[in-house]
Amino acid sequence: MEHLIIFLPLIGFLFCFFLGKNFNFKISQILTTSFLFISAILSWILFFYYLGEKDTEVIHIFNWFNSGNFIVDWSIRIDSLTTTMFVVVCSVSACVHLYSIGYMSDDSSKERFMGYLSLFTFFMLILVSSNNLLQMFFGWEGVGLASYLLIGFWHHKSSANNAAIKAFLLNRVGDFGFALGIAGIFFIFGSIEFDVIFNNTENFKDHSITFLGFSFSTIDFLCFLLFIGAMGKSAQLGLHTWLPDAMEGPTPVSALIHAATMVTAGVFLVARMSPLYEYAEVTNLFITFIGASTAIFAASIALTQNDIKRVIAYSTCSQLGYMFFAAGIGAYNASIFHLMTHGFFKALLFLSAGSVIHAMHNEQDMRKMGGLFKKIPFTGTMMWIGSLAIIGFPYFSGYYSKESILENAYYSNSSMATFAYSIGILTALLTAFYSWRLLFMTFHGETRSNNKTFDNAHESPLIMTFPLLLLAFGSIFVGMFFANFYIGKMQYTFWGEAIILQDGKHYYLPFIQTLIVKSSVAIGVVLAALIYFYKKNLSKKLAENLNPLHSISYNKWYVDEIYNYIFIKPYFFLANLFWKNGDEKIIDGYGPNGISKIISVSSNYLSRFQSGYLYHYAFAMLGGLVILLTWFIYY
Amino acid sequence: MTDIPLLSLTIFLPIIGALVILLIKEDEKSVNNIKKVAFWTSIGVFILSLLIWLQFDSSNPGYQFEEKFRWFNDFNFYYHVGIDGISLFMVILSTFLTPLCILASWENIKKRIKEYMLAFLFLETVMIGMFASVDILLFYVFFEAVLIPMYLIIGIWGGEKRIYASFKFFLYTLLGSVLMLIAIVAIYRFTGSMSILELQGNNFPKNIQIYLWLAFFASFAVKIPMWPFHTWLPDAHVEAPTAGSVILAGVLLKMGGYGFIRFSLGMLPEASQYFSPLIMILSVIAVIYTSLVALAQTDIKKLIAYSSVAHMGIVTIGIFVVNSQGLEGAMVQMISHGIVSGALFLCVGVIYDRMHTRDINFYGGLVNKMPIYATVFMIFMLGSVGLPGTSGFVGEFLVIVGAFQYSSLVVIGAASGIVLSAVYMLYLYKRIIFGLIENEKLTEILDLNLREKIILIPLALVVIMIGIFPNIFIEPMRLPLELIISNYELANGK
Repeated sequence: MEHLIIFLPLIGFLFCFFLGKNFNFKISQILTTSFLFISAILSWILFFYYLGEKDTEVIHIFNWFNSGNFIVDWSIRIDSLTTTMFVVVCSVSACVHLYSIGYMSDDSSKERFMGYLSLFTFFMLILVSSNNLLQMFFGWEGVGLASYLLIGFWHHKSSANNAAIKAFLLNRVGDFGFALGIAGIFFIFGSIEFDVIFNNTENFKDHSITFLGFSFSTIDFLCFLLFIGAMGKSAQLGLHTWLPDAMEGPTPVSALIHAATMVTAGVFLVARMSPLYEYAEVTNLFITFIGASTAIFAASIALTQNDIKRVIAYSTCSQLGYMFFAAGIGAYNASIFHLMTHGFFKALLFLSAGSVIHAMHNEQDMRKMGGLFKKIPFTGTMMWIGSLAIIGFPYFSGYYSKESILENAYYSNSSMATFAYSIGILTALLTAFYSWRLLFMTFHGETRSNNKTFDNAHESPLIMTFPLLLLAFGSIFVGMFFANFYIGKMQYTFWGEAIILQDGKHYYLPFIQTLIVKSSVAIGVVLAALIYFYKKNLSKKLAENLNPLHSISYNKWYVDEIYNYIFIKPYFFLANLFWKNGDEKIIDGYGPNGISKIISVSSNYLSRFQSGYLYHYAFAMLGGLVILLTWFIYY
Repeated sequence: MTDIPLLSLTIFLPIIGALVILLIKEDEKSVNNIKKVAFWTSIGVFILSLLIWLQFDSSNPGYQFEEKFRWFNDFNFYYHVGIDGISLFMVILSTFLTPLCILASWENIKKRIKEYMLAFLFLETVMIGMFASVDILLFYVFFEAVLIPMYLIIGIWGGEKRIYASFKFFLYTLLGSVLMLIAIVAIYRFTGSMSILELQGNNFPKNIQIYLWLAFFASFAVKIPMWPFHTWLPDAHVEAPTAGSVILAGVLLKMGGYGFIRFSLGMLPEASQYFSPLIMILSVIAVIYTSLVALAQTDIKKLIAYSSVAHMGIVTIGIFVVNSQGLEGAMVQMISHGIVSGALFLCVGVIYDRMHTRDINFYGGLVNKMPIYATVFMIFMLGSVGLPGTSGFVGEFLVIVGAFQYSSLVVIGAASGIVLSAVYMLYLYKRIIFGLIENEKLTEILDLNLREKIILIPLALVVIMIGIFPNIFIEPMRLPLELIISNYELANGK
C-alpha cells in the first residue's frame, strides 16, 4: 500500500513525460488525477490505521550507496507523522490535479503540467516517508526542482523564469546548510539513519564541536545547520523573498506547492528531527525568534498588497512562522496540527482565488474587483470558509491548531516564548484584517472592474468547484475530528514515538487571555470592514497619513532592493573582476602570454646578432678569442 | 577467456581500425566508409571494455587482466598493463565517449576527415593505454602521446584562434610533463623499478618525496586543471571542435585526478599530507573563483569550461582529504563530470552546428522550437548542478561528507558549490532555452535529429542511472582505494 501511494504519482509523471504527447491530453489528465485519488484514498486508510496505537514501520527498498561506513538506503518509514503528511499531500494534490483540468483548459501543454504536478507529489512523498536524512534530501531537492519547473511553467514569461531561478537559488542557499548539517551529523553520529541518530542523542548532550575556530554545542550546531535548510524551503525571514515571486506560476501550483505542501517541508524537518531538537536549547530560541518575526513581518506586508495571490502568499509565509515558533518552543504536535489544517484551508483559499482569477479573465489586481459575490457566490462562500478557518473562528479547523500554538506559547517558561505569544496575538489581528480586506475588496461593495469583464464573470465549471468543496470540508472539520488525537487526550497513543511531546496536560488559556485573543481577531475584522466596506475613502487617507509605514509595507520592507545591492550587484561585479582582471590580466598576463612576450622580445633582440655581415661575425669571433685567451692566461 | 589478451586487444583495436582507414582512399564516395569504420571500431572497443567490466572481480584490490612483457633488455622497463577498480571506469569512460564523439563529428567535420578519424582512434588507444599502464614509463609514453592527437585536433579542425589555443594547451601541458619526466627518471635511479605495483606505499624518504611530489604536481595540476593553471582550458575548449571538447573535458582532465590518486597519494603519501593544505586552498579558490567567472561568460563553451574547473576543484578536495567518502566521491565526481560536461559540450555542438555561434545572447526561447533538446539539456544541467538523483550529486555530496572530517573551512568551500553552480547553470539555461524567440534567425531552427538523439539520450540515461544506482560504480573501486588510504595512514602514522 505504501509503495502504491508513493509510486503511483511517479508512474503518472513517467507516462506524461514519455508518452503523453502521443495520446490525447485527456488520457494524461485522467490517468494522473485518478492515480492521485487512489493515492489519497489509500493514504487516508493508512492514516486511520495509524490513528490508534501502532509502532513505526520501516520498509527497506534497496541500498542507494555505500562509502566506507556512510550507508544510505532507499526505504519507507511509516509512523503517524508520515501518515499525516501523506494525507495532506495526497488529498491536496488530488484536489489540485482535478482542479487543474479545468483551470488549465486553455493551455497548450496540459500533459506537461499534469506530469510536473505528479512529479512534485512523488518527490514530496519521498521526502516525508524517508528513513534517513539523505533520502529526505533527495525529496527535498526534488520538490525544489518541481517547484522550479512549475513556477517557470509559462516559460515565455521572463518574470516567471526569474521567479523560478530565484526560488531555486534561495532554496539552494538553505540546502547548503542542510547538506553541511547532514555531513556533520554523519561526522558525529556515524550514521544518517533516524533511529541511530535518535538513540545516540543523549550521548552527545554535552558534546561540543569546533567549527571555523569557534566552539559550539554539537547538537545546537547541527540543528542550526538543518534549520537553515528549513528556512530556505519554508521561506522564513531572510530567505523568504522567493515565495511571493513564486506566484508567477499557475494558481494550482501556488495552492499545492507554495501553500499546502512543499513550503511546510521545513516544519516537517524540524518535527521529524524533534528528538535531536529537544536538546538544542539555543537553536530552539533562534527558531522561535525567526518564526515569530516571520509571522508578523509577512503579515505586515500582506496588509497592503493588491495582488490577490500575493496577499495569500504572504499569509502563507506568516502562518509558517506560527508553525516554526510552535516547533521552537517544543510544541511539535501543535505545529504539525497547524500544518495539517493550514494545508486544507490555504489550498482552499488559493484555489478559490484561482477561481476568481479565472472568472475575471486573469485579472489578479484586487483594485479592479469588488462586488463579485453576486456573480460567483459559490467561490465567494468558499473564500469565506477559508478565511474563517485561517483567523481561527471557533470550530473551524484553524481554531484548534492556532489556539493550541498560542496556549503552548503562553505556558512555556521562557521570555522568548512570551515574545512569541504576544507576536502571535498581534499577528492574529493582522491576519483577520488582511483576510477580510481581501474578502471585501474582492467580493463586496461596488465593483471597480470595467463593465464588460464584470458582466462576463461566471462561476467556474464543476470540475473546479468540486475540489473546492472537498477542501472546504477539510477546512471546516479536520480540526474538530482530529484535535483530540493531535493535541488532545489521545496524543500519546496517536503520536507514539514519531515526535517528542511536551508533558501531557491539555492547557486552556485563562479566560482573560482567551478574551484578548478573540477580541484581537474581532478588531481585525471590524477594522477591515470599516476601512474597506463602510468608509471607502478611509483607506486612501490612512495610506497618506501613515505614508512611511504604508510604503514600507507596500514595498515589502525593501528586502528585494537591499538584496540587489548587497548580494546580486557585488556578485556580478566580482564575476567580471575575476574574469577580466584575475584571469586575463594577472594569470594570463604574467603567465603564458607574459612568458611568450619575454621570449619573443628577447629573441628579437638576439636575432639582431644574425646580421649577415661578415665583419660583424669576424669581430665577434675576435672578441671571443680575446676573452678566451685572457681566461687561459690568467687562470 | 584467460588466453585472449583482452586488455591489449582493447587498447590496440583502435589502431587496427586506424590501419584499415589508412587503406581507404579519401574521396566523395568512400568518406562515409571511413566514418563507418571509425565508428564501428570504437563500438567494438566499447563492447570489449564492457566485457572487461563484466569479468571484473570487485573483491580483488589489485590489478586484473595483467599482461607483462619486457620492453628493453637491459632495463627494468616493461610493457605491463592491467586494470584495477580505479582505472576500470576511466577506461570505460574513454571507450564510451569515443563512439559518441565520432558520431558527433559525422557532419560538422568537413575537411581532412580521414586524418580526423585517424587522430581520434589514435587518441582512444593512448587514452586507454595510459589508464591501463602499470609501468610508469609506459604510462608516461601514453600520457605524452595523448597530447599529439589532441594538439592536432584543436590546431587543424579548431576555430579561428586555434593556433593560439593549441599552443597554450601544448606549452602548459608540456611544461608539466617535463618535470614529471625528471621525477620518473629520479624514481628509476632510486629504486631501479618502474612498476606502479611495486612502488605503491611509502618507499622514499620524506625530503625526496617532496621534490617528486612537486614535479608530479606540476603535471597533474595543469592537466586537471587547478587554479591558477587553468587558463589554457577555456581557450582550448572554445577553439576545439565539439568532439575535441568532449574528450578534453570528459577524459583528458581526468588524467590529472587519476595521476593524483595513483602517484601522489599512492607513492608519495608523506608529501601528500605535507602539501594537502596547499591543494585545499587552491581547490577552494577554484570552486568559488571559477564559479564566479563562469557567470560572467558570454560564450557557452567558455562557461562550461570554467564550470569544469570548479567541478575539478571538488575532485581535488575529495582526493586529498584521503578518506573513503572523499576519494570515492572524487572518483564518482570524475565519472559524472566526464559524462555531464561531455554531454553539455555535445549540446552546445548541436546548436553550434545549426547557427555557427556560441554567443549566449544570440540564443533564447529555444524551448519553443526544440522541446526534446530542451529536455535533455535540462537533465545535463541538473547533473552539473548536482541535483540528487543525477550523477553529479553522489560525488559532490560524498566529497562534502569527506571534507567535513578534514576541516570546516574546506567543507564550506566544497559545499558552496551547491549554490554557486546553480547560479551560473540556471542563468545559462534561462538565457538559451526559455523565453520567446526574439532572434529571427532562430525561427527555423530544428529539433534534434535521429543521430543527435542517439548521441544524447544514452548520456541522459547514464546520468540518471549513476544518480540512482551509484553502487555499481563505487563497488569495484572500493578496495583499491581502501588500500591507498591504509598506506597513507600507515605512512603518516595515523
